[in-house]
Amino acid sequence: MSQGLLQIAITLAIVVIIVPFFGSYIANVFLDKPTILDRLATPLETTLYRILGIRAEAEMTGWPYIRAVLYSNLTMAIFVFVLFALQGVLPLNPTGLAAPTWDTTLHTVISFITNTNQQHYSGETTFSYGSQMLGLGYFMFTSAATGFAVAIAFIRGLTGRPLGNFYVDLIKVITRILLPISTIGAVILLLAGVPETLAAPAVVQTLEGGSQAIATGPVAHFEIIKELGENGGGFFAINSAHPYENPNGFTNLIETVALLSIPTSLIITYGIFAGNKKQGWLLFGLVFIIYVGLISITAWGEFVGNPLVNQAVGNNLVNLEGKEVRFGWAQSSLFAVSTTGTMTGAVNALLDSFMPTGGFSVLFNLFLQIVWGGQGTGTSYLFIYLILTVFLTGLMVGRTPEIFGRKIEKPEIALASIILLVHPIAILIPSAITLAFPEQLAGVSNPGFHGLSQVVYEYASAAANNGSGFEGLADGQPAPTGLWWNLSCSVVLLAGRYIPIMALLLLADGMRQKQLVPETTGTLRTDSFLFTTVTGGVILILGALTFLPVLALGAIAEAFQLSS
Amino acid sequence: MTVSKRLQRNQVNTQGLYARALKSAFVKLNPQVMIRNPVMFVVWVGTIVTALLVIDPDLFGAVQGNNRLFNFLVTAILFATLLFANFAEAVAEGRGKAQADSLRATKSDTTARKLLEDDTIQEVSSTALRKGDRIKVIIGDTIPADGEVIAGVASVDESAITGESAPVLKEPGSDVASSVTGGTKIISDELILRVTSDPGQSFLDRMISLVEGAERTKTPNEIALTVLLAVLTLVFIIVVATIPPLANFVGSPVSVTVLVSLLVALIPTTIGGLLSAIGIAGMDRVAQFNVVATSGRAVEACGDVSTLILDKTGTITLGNRLAEEFIPINNHSLLEVAKVALGSSIFDTTPEGKSIVRLAEKLGATIDFDPATAEGVEFSARTRMSGTNLPNGIEIRKGAVDSIKGFVRSRGGQINPELDAAYERVSLLGGTPLAVCQQGELYGIIYLKDIIKPGIRERFDQLRRMGIKTIMLTGDNRITASVIADEAGVDDFIAEATPEDKIAVIQREQAAGKLVAMTGDGTNDAPALAQANVGVAMNSGTQAAKEAANMVDLDSDPTKLIDLVTIGKQLLITRGALTTFSLSNDIAKYFAIIPAMFSAAGIGGLNIMGLASAQSAVLSALVFNALIIPALIPLALRGVKFRPVTANQLLRDNILIYGLGGVIVPFVGIKVIDVVVSVLGLA
Repeated sequence: MSQGLLQIAITLAIVVIIVPFFGSYIANVFLDKPTILDRLATPLETTLYRILGIRAEAEMTGWPYIRAVLYSNLTMAIFVFVLFALQGVLPLNPTGLAAPTWDTTLHTVISFITNTNQQHYSGETTFSYGSQMLGLGYFMFTSAATGFAVAIAFIRGLTGRPLGNFYVDLIKVITRILLPISTIGAVILLLAGVPETLAAPAVVQTLEGGSQAIATGPVAHFEIIKELGENGGGFFAINSAHPYENPNGFTNLIETVALLSIPTSLIITYGIFAGNKKQGWLLFGLVFIIYVGLISITAWGEFVGNPLVNQAVGNNLVNLEGKEVRFGWAQSSLFAVSTTGTMTGAVNALLDSFMPTGGFSVLFNLFLQIVWGGQGTGTSYLFIYLILTVFLTGLMVGRTPEIFGRKIEKPEIALASIILLVHPIAILIPSAITLAFPEQLAGVSNPGFHGLSQVVYEYASAAANNGSGFEGLADGQPAPTGLWWNLSCSVVLLAGRYIPIMALLLLADGMRQKQLVPETTGTLRTDSFLFTTVTGGVILILGALTFLPVLALGAIAEAFQLSS
Repeated sequence: MTVSKRLQRNQVNTQGLYARALKSAFVKLNPQVMIRNPVMFVVWVGTIVTALLVIDPDLFGAVQGNNRLFNFLVTAILFATLLFANFAEAVAEGRGKAQADSLRATKSDTTARKLLEDDTIQEVSSTALRKGDRIKVIIGDTIPADGEVIAGVASVDESAITGESAPVLKEPGSDVASSVTGGTKIISDELILRVTSDPGQSFLDRMISLVEGAERTKTPNEIALTVLLAVLTLVFIIVVATIPPLANFVGSPVSVTVLVSLLVALIPTTIGGLLSAIGIAGMDRVAQFNVVATSGRAVEACGDVSTLILDKTGTITLGNRLAEEFIPINNHSLLEVAKVALGSSIFDTTPEGKSIVRLAEKLGATIDFDPATAEGVEFSARTRMSGTNLPNGIEIRKGAVDSIKGFVRSRGGQINPELDAAYERVSLLGGTPLAVCQQGELYGIIYLKDIIKPGIRERFDQLRRMGIKTIMLTGDNRITASVIADEAGVDDFIAEATPEDKIAVIQREQAAGKLVAMTGDGTNDAPALAQANVGVAMNSGTQAAKEAANMVDLDSDPTKLIDLVTIGKQLLITRGALTTFSLSNDIAKYFAIIPAMFSAAGIGGLNIMGLASAQSAVLSALVFNALIIPALIPLALRGVKFRPVTANQLLRDNILIYGLGGVIVPFVGIKVIDVVVSVLGLA
């Protein structure tokens, strides 16, 4: 047990050490302060601006920014859709894969452009190397950068700065953060044993005398951006559990840290933007406590194992079902909570096979969306909760609530409300429809509580732009329910991505234009321990209690069922 | 205004208030009225649904445990919830109405004597008067409209509006005394007035419609809160509406009655039911303070004020300066100076003069002449001195230092440099120096001190803790002003201030993002009152000032501005506290209802309160939900107590009471009700 706990502790310690440095580096990049990469990045960016015709100094306001996000994403989506549709005739296709069905293509394109990477297919048998690298790999950078740029625009507006220029920020995220780290990370993974090749799958003679094709490919570079960009779409179907994606404990550590690094550091970046590092660290602490709590109950559940199994064998066994023994219960639990919390969606163990405590934790993460949260969006949502808390409790100090010296009024509440509203709508309504017709639509492998969790999880994962799956659903072609899953998830993906992004940008734009109210002793300080605790309470009441009925009928009921 | 007088004024007719409120609670069940409050409208629809289920329990299909008695009880509790919420609003409105009624009693259609072009009198109804008309009022008349005196001098009884029984003298020309208010009574002589308001627009009309709440529009904060409450309601509707397919899938179907119960328990009915009552009661509290606000927005803005601009005289200091000290010069003794000062002031009836006499007598000075044979010399703006001419021809004078210097020289006296030193010393103390002399001989300086109102320093300290900056405006010179500012504890001051300075300082503060409040009474204050975010006009002030302000203080007490800030804050705090309480309650309600409604799913372990049965759990949560509304009505009407401490202390206290309390209270409450319900055998 102690070895497992040590593994978890070391990983978290590394993250906590990285955060202040990375957080202030990100802040420097977007506050246009000198950084170490200037000499390399600046000429590259200038060239890109010139080629693309971007006027770098042109600031965007709310709607122009939104249009830039939507149009650019749409353009990229159309490009990749065509790429997939023509996969069969394009090069870099050593296994000669044909184009996937239209609905799989549509769902995949939407899933990757929304930084979700929900996969209703097996990578190695559906998409060619070319499609993976030029289509999916391309999205892994741009979709992550889109969320990141929006997050930067959001904090700029919130703190009274102009929102900035979407294209400039998009490029900067890639040239100064994603690309440099990915390059180094890919080399490290390569050295640690992850393949990077364009060769066709190796065919080997097995001991039995049969032959087996061993899928391989340009994995190393794909793997690092998959984690760093909180993408999560695996090169292979079983994702980071595959020995070519994640061969050993060292690569697992690298990948875990990579997927946590940006959303954790971005909270500190926000603190720097707000001119209040304490605020950043308090919020970091709040999320860290929830995060550690979820890791604890997940890890505890796996360590104690399944009571029914233990009874049957008369021994206390760790739950290793659906896990890679090279990772064990501890690293699997840590990875599961981290990947669902950060909306990465990569998995190194089958989530479906976790004990109900683990199932509860991963669902809880998807519902809250702030236990680090998606690339950029998670931190933004955290600040939305902060705004809502300020509004609810701020009245109690007898003034119109304000955050960062700006009043929170009807437009802000309306926009924050939209973000609050989208999630339950996008998860609960399609789940209810699907479960109302379990035979025709769900194609669910489990009856009862676990089956319910599987369905709800799929939509929660889509709405939160996570991408991981509880699996056990016949959600891919050619299953008869594949079409429903592809289309309904596509709608949920789009709603869960773009509606909140629009609301965030409009909210930021509104805040930017407000007059600054000077701070006095009558101003509610949001950087106190008390206020942060209250924020935690509001997150639980507004964010989590909404989903209590679903959790009660899913993971909680299952836990009672197993323990009784 | 004395306490007894205020009580008398506020003894509006509250008889039958509750009976009328109960009646109007039923009237407000009209769906067209209900829909204005989205939260309570959902309860309304829920009540209809459960009522249908009483008639036919299997209306939406047969579900186990669906019985008529249970449906009836749920319906009854929901109905009570609606009535309680309506009752809260009706009580708040009723209070305002009672107040309006007592005002309306003073307003009746009277006959007015309208002066035509040729000064002939035409009798018209008061409702026919228009702005600009000239009217004549004589003793015994009720003044038919707001107006400005253009001729005549008369006493007017304004007690109907202000509660102040002493009659007020009205005469043309003077800023303050020339405006009269419709509904007041003229009790001597006669006046010619120019009407300043059209019918229905008069001060009294506005006052009535405001206290009555007829013109009540939601304030910005209230609107934002309503949006959030509506969204939360919508979230819970989605949560509850999607439960049936999920519950059916796991084989634990739920009845519609229980679903409606869960929905009503979760949506923020407590704050939804009390929100409008809080707003109305806030306006009412302002009215009880004898202040008329033009809108709820203005009251709310008071809570946000970050800068108060206060006139020195009357607000910070008492109106009169008093003698503090005699400073002898030219080797005179203190007693000698006191004696001369006493002599110079024996005929001076101003408060300043009287205070000099008091001080001199305290020092043991007496006069050595017979006042009956002496002659008093009055102060004039030209001479800037006053004094006494003794029967033996000796002239004693006191006055502005420069004037006395001239007088001494004219009588062949010498000016000693000691005089300037003493003059400076007094200025540095924040006082007004007066020189005294007898013939050509200078005796010394009288130090007149501004008396800071008792307790004002503490109030400014409170304001500072609340984060409110105070700026004092005064006509005094810089040195004096700075000393008084220091003594009173204001944060900033403007010396030798002109009305233009007032606007300039307001604009300066507003440019820095501050919300500014100020008081004023003169016509030349009107632009500043309009510019300020909260402008409080004195009722004794001119019509122009009252028009420009967004509040009028009927007692004409400028210090009240500070109280208004407290009321504004109280209004916001009450709203925030009850919202927090309402939302915190949800935790307990979830833990009561969720295990009960999914009992077939085997999650009984979540029933941490150990509630007796599924139905009892649902009923208890609903009963608690309903009863908490009337339980909180007094708090909503009275407002949460406000203490002038820093925001963080306030937050800590209120979070403990309303946040943590809101989590704990329902756990206890629901458990208690559950025991009662199961003992009664209702479920």
